[in-house]
Amino acid sequence: MQNILSVQSLVKKFGDFTAVKNISFNVEAGSIFAFLGPNGAGKSTTIKMLTTVLKPTSGKIIINGFNVLKEQDKARASFGIVFQDSSLDDELTAYENVVYHAVVYKVPKKERTERIQKALEIVGLWNRREDYVKNYSGGMKRRLEIARALVHYPKILFLDEPTVGLDPQTRNSIWDHIKKLNEERNMTIFLTTHYMEEAEAIADQVAVIDHGKIIESGTVEEIKRQTETESLEEAFLKLTGRNIRDDNGTSRKRMMRGMGRMR
Amino acid sequence: MIEVIYALCLRQLKHYWRSKARLTGTLGQPMLFLIAFGFGFGPMYSKVSGGANYIDFLAPGIVTMGILFTAVFSGLEVIWDRQFGFLKETLVAPISRTEIMIGKTFGGATIAIIQGLIILGLTYILGFRIPSITSLVIGLIFMFLIAIFFTGIGLTIASQMKDMQGFQMILNFLIMPIFFLSGALFPLKNLPPAIYFISRIDPLTYGVDGLRGAITGISTFGVSSDLALIGSLSVIICLIGAVLFSRMEA
Repeated sequence: MQNILSVQSLVKKFGDFTAVKNISFNVEAGSIFAFLGPNGAGKSTTIKMLTTVLKPTSGKIIINGFNVLKEQDKARASFGIVFQDSSLDDELTAYENVVYHAVVYKVPKKERTERIQKALEIVGLWNRREDYVKNYSGGMKRRLEIARALVHYPKILFLDEPTVGLDPQTRNSIWDHIKKLNEERNMTIFLTTHYMEEAEAIADQVAVIDHGKIIESGTVEEIKRQTETESLEEAFLKLTGRNIRDDNGTSRKRMMRGMGRMR
Repeated sequence: MIEVIYALCLRQLKHYWRSKARLTGTLGQPMLFLIAFGFGFGPMYSKVSGGANYIDFLAPGIVTMGILFTAVFSGLEVIWDRQFGFLKETLVAPISRTEIMIGKTFGGATIAIIQGLIILGLTYILGFRIPSITSLVIGLIFMFLIAIFFTGIGLTIASQMKDMQGFQMILNFLIMPIFFLSGALFPLKNLPPAIYFISRIDPLTYGVDGLRGAITGISTFGVSSDLALIGSLSVIICLIGAVLFSRMEA
């Protein structure tokens, strides 16, 4: 199968702290790829580099055949992204948010209305399209972000912890949508999550990252076999240890500086 | 490209129109200045100047004030976009950073001009009159350039700031001095040399002087040289902004 995403020797340094240490991996077109790791392992930093938000210190990223560093706009048009924190405009209506997206992603004018309606219907928000986003619940905001990311027909959809902080009903419905998109449109899904049972249920391929390095990758079955465990959660804990982690690289440094000041 | 710029502008206009508190808030301050200074210093001004009307001198200054503050704040709005996450949505879109910069500049400048026009309308009540349509048109060109320049300044600063922590500092050490030393409120003649020097390097000085020259005929440096100066400064700041925007990470 063809690779929709290919990462080679990716490195990201923040000052003297190396958040991502020379990672390489491939994601097959049409697959669901789960990128797992404890807090501060380098997941979000990696996603930010893959989606052109952060510039890598070194390494190469190819999305849909385009070099993310050299052909930025073509790469950008190829993916959709749902960030870990909301990136909606609260002062606009849901519909206006999606229209804005359609325009800046240069969706042909003729197709816009239809695509927007379809995307909002998929996540069940069509009837609430005229509401201001500030009046939306957390779950509705997430669904709206997913809908928005679909409007420009991305080849690959990045989801950075799409179900964090949501109730089980909403989580289930979001995973159903994601699975449907993957099956019906053959859209590649790249996701991160801390809910191991969710990753186990949905992912074709898994990579586990810790301390900025990929420490294990393969199918869920392969990982379970290699670690001699019964579930992905057990495998994950065996691979990454049971110690509690700091939140992330930058805030860890900030915290250390703050603590130094306190003393 | 035009549509992308339009979408960015439209978003800002919607924000402006929907936030009535901000609309009245940013109008309140210039109106307070207009009334307090107008009536407070008016009699003194006409005594010293030998009968000239202070409102004629002050009105262009207050219009400029409204444009200055609205324009800078519209530029600084990018910092809010960053804090609330929306900036990422714009930065991962397949559009050039120059388009973003142009869209944001036009959006902010449009709001600033609307604000300036509202203030200009209010000065009418206080007896300020513009002599002719031609002077109004030239005045509008100055309002446009002042708006573009200071939105550009706001955006340039915003591209370098991570949060609103430094906001008060920018207001007190940059925007306020730019306003007070621009000759918006009092003539620059007879100022101590040090203060006069600062006034001469203050870009707004030429904006105020040009606008005042256009709509009242009182100008120190000449309308055409003011126009050339503020025009080229606007182009320069937009170029700087575009470069800084292209390096920005969300």
